[in-house]
Amino acid sequence: MTPADRFISIRNVSKSFGAFRAIDEISMDIRQGEFFSLLGASGCGKTTLLRMLAGFESPTTGEIFIDDQPMSDVPPHHRPVNMVFQSYAIFPHLNVRDNIAYGLRKQKLTPARRAEMVEDMLDLIKLPGYGNRKANELSGGQRQRIALARALILRPKVLLLDEPLGALDKQLREQMQLELRALQRQVGITFVFVTHDQEEALTLSDRIAVMSGGRVLQVDTPAALYEAPRTREVASFIGTMNFFRGIVRRNGSGMAAIEAEGLGTIPMPTARLTKPEGAPVQIGLRPEKFSLSPVRPDIGLAVEGRLRTAAYMGERSQYYLSLPGKAEPVAVSAPNTHRQRDAQDVPEGQVLWLSWAPEAIVILDTD
Amino acid sequence: MSSYINRPNRPLQLYAVLFLIVLYVPVLFIPLFSFNDSIYVRFPLQSFTVKWYGELWTREPVWNALWNSVKVGLVVSVISTVLGVMAARAITRTRMRGKGALVTFIMMPLVIPGIIFGVALLVLLSRMGVPLSLYTVGLGHLIICLPFAVATLLPRFEGFDPSIEEASADLGENGWWTFWRVTFPMVMPGIVASLLLTFTISFDEFIMAFFLTGTDPTLPMYIWGQLRFPKEFPSVLAMAALILFVSFALVFLAQWVGRKGLEDQA
Repeated sequence: MTPADRFISIRNVSKSFGAFRAIDEISMDIRQGEFFSLLGASGCGKTTLLRMLAGFESPTTGEIFIDDQPMSDVPPHHRPVNMVFQSYAIFPHLNVRDNIAYGLRKQKLTPARRAEMVEDMLDLIKLPGYGNRKANELSGGQRQRIALARALILRPKVLLLDEPLGALDKQLREQMQLELRALQRQVGITFVFVTHDQEEALTLSDRIAVMSGGRVLQVDTPAALYEAPRTREVASFIGTMNFFRGIVRRNGSGMAAIEAEGLGTIPMPTARLTKPEGAPVQIGLRPEKFSLSPVRPDIGLAVEGRLRTAAYMGERSQYYLSLPGKAEPVAVSAPNTHRQRDAQDVPEGQVLWLSWAPEAIVILDTD
Repeated sequence: MSSYINRPNRPLQLYAVLFLIVLYVPVLFIPLFSFNDSIYVRFPLQSFTVKWYGELWTREPVWNALWNSVKVGLVVSVISTVLGVMAARAITRTRMRGKGALVTFIMMPLVIPGIIFGVALLVLLSRMGVPLSLYTVGLGHLIICLPFAVATLLPRFEGFDPSIEEASADLGENGWWTFWRVTFPMVMPGIVASLLLTFTISFDEFIMAFFLTGTDPTLPMYIWGQLRFPKEFPSVLAMAALILFVSFALVFLAQWVGRKGLEDQA
């Protein structure tokens, strides 16, 4: 590993609050200059981990290195990191200019140089001319930008963001996501971003750590997490996934297959299937990997299903079908490519053919 | 038809007005008779005069007592407000066991009669051989003023997001600078309110001063002493009227500053 690959290195870190174990033996590395997200439901330990990077909490055991420096004995005000707080924590008694310049006191700059740096920051966050505004005259989105500028003006090695878009309404949030991504590219600083919104994490991140119960389940790129989740827990946290139990079948000539409930026998390249004959496996298929047709398709694997319900969702429709031999219905998502006004009129109970490509199958680790 | 929640209630309004009359009309007699040209406090009023005020002006012991009260009041208000800031910060910002019990103990002097504290302090100080002076009065006043200071300051500290102080630390400031650049300006209205309130309480306080005064009387002690002389009574009334006015003004100011600060923060 090159040093840039472990710019932030978290080594065997645990954190307990009394009897509660908030962080349970986490080890992972964050690369220099990447947009890294900690994704998980509330209470998964993501905010605690972020606060340990900032220095507001210290690990019970383990060590955090930032740029090769151990951080345990470094208090927050000496760490090379800055944070954007969930509540933004804009100083209410200072105007925008003094908020942004707050951290510059120790740099002994001339007033002219300081003013210039603040103006540059106001340009960067697209709020030029806002220097004299009072904190209580700002909207949520503007506060969020000021909090960013106040942190970025110090050129930290790492910028920590604690659900900074959570308080904004949907439209503004989507706009800020794009701006945040562009800003990160522009300044090139390593961002560590905490969120519970999987869509936001997928849109923004170079890599994502999926967290649950104080542990990191998987660290990967958004595409890898979506297309190749390792466990059922990760697969169900990111998007929707249909799960099937199956059994490994092998024959003497080296051919392998999975006999899955409801889907029948699916041939698999031996390279993808290391388990022995008769071993139980769990497989997953995303709703959009299926194709639906009223007649049996000429090629590929297909089974017959009965439509239970359909939901029209604009650009696509979601169908739930029951398959013989499987208790839970299977979710299928199909784009509405034609203006078929009667798409939702496929009657319930209709028999449809479900087909899929064997490559779309995800083989999950059995827990 | 509006519900009973927001319907005006005649009997209650009448009660409120009566309540205020009973509470404040006796007090209004003091300034009224202080302008009356007679040494007897009784109706009908004689002619209007300001001579009792003029007499006060020329009396040396009044000025001495006033100065004593101001000195004690200033010192007590500053010390109790500083202690109040430290207590309020500790109560709101640290994780500690027995916090509730601690707050109860700090607030206890509000409900324990002053006479008990006064006697207890007198016994203790005389056992220790400490001579009674303005310092011992100040000590007594400190006990009485501290809960008021804490009660005034606690909502200020509770009222702001702890992550604002964390943001200051995150931006590179140590504890001392964070206090001066963030905490202090944000709780400033509470500090001003606490100074005004504790000064007023100390300035008007009688029971502690009664037990703990040495040879230098505070103003309330001086008034108490003058009550033995019937012909001095009108000038006592004049002085009481002045104290009343200043106290009202200070408490209103304290309330106004405190409220204004809370509005700015919201």
